[in-house]
Amino acid sequence: MPSHDTNTDMSALASSPALAGWHLDLTGDGPAREVAAVRLRELLLRAARFEVFRRRGMLPQLSPTELDELADEAASDAAISVLRRLDDFRGESRFETWAYKFALLEAAVKVRRRAWRGREVTLDPEGWERFAATDVDPERAELFECVREGIRTALTPHQREVLVAAVLDGVPIDVLAERLDSNRNAVYKTIHDARTRLRAHVADAGYLEVT
Amino acid sequence: MADPVLVRLLGTGEHAVDCDECFDQLDRYVEAELARQPVDELFPGFRAHLVGCPTCAEEHESLRALLETEEIR
Repeated sequence: MPSHDTNTDMSALASSPALAGWHLDLTGDGPAREVAAVRLRELLLRAARFEVFRRRGMLPQLSPTELDELADEAASDAAISVLRRLDDFRGESRFETWAYKFALLEAAVKVRRRAWRGREVTLDPEGWERFAATDVDPERAELFECVREGIRTALTPHQREVLVAAVLDGVPIDVLAERLDSNRNAVYKTIHDARTRLRAHVADAGYLEVT
Repeated sequence: MADPVLVRLLGTGEHAVDCDECFDQLDRYVEAELARQPVDELFPGFRAHLVGCPTCAEEHESLRALLETEEIR
């Protein structure tokens, strides 16, 4: 068994504080792994509770116990993600920071989905018609009208319904993704492509200040 | 183009990372931000994504707030 790592680069990495931590025990077995798993679980639960507490105003119907259960579920799901992606951790941040983001994501998604549970998400490609320039500075009314026309003519029906739901109705994109049986990145890309088309439409109409 | 609805409809037109890239960089970005490093140079397209994606922006705020809370302790 080699007594030390002979690869200079790997030695440098292994000596970095972020890569020399307790989380390395998560990949082993035996008592050390058990201790590390408990520590990871505590860390993730702390972050999940932090997030649920921050967003508790979105879930006024839930009791403190139910909120805690939600955080607990989020921590469990985050632990699965962290352990599955442990090899992705390169020590470029503290391990705790890296792990926290999984717990915050799981908790935030659960809170948003619970908050939108039972609420209708109208995916209406004609919903853009609600985007009216009535309360807009008169000087900007033409620009708003141009954007309205762009929504109607430059976007596909799918782009139109996703953009309207996300931007005008304020539906979070992970809730949208769930309703569309899609994923968050795909919904974001649909929105991004819709914006690109809209910007081109508006620029073609001579509104250079928005390009 | 200061109107927030127009910004949300049209985006900023800047290069922006997507949600997966944002999540991948989030931990490093927030640590760099708290260390007052030049995050716009280090993470091109990250801030533009936060402007265009309120959901990722919420998670960025949460991670930053959590780390700040730990710093205070």
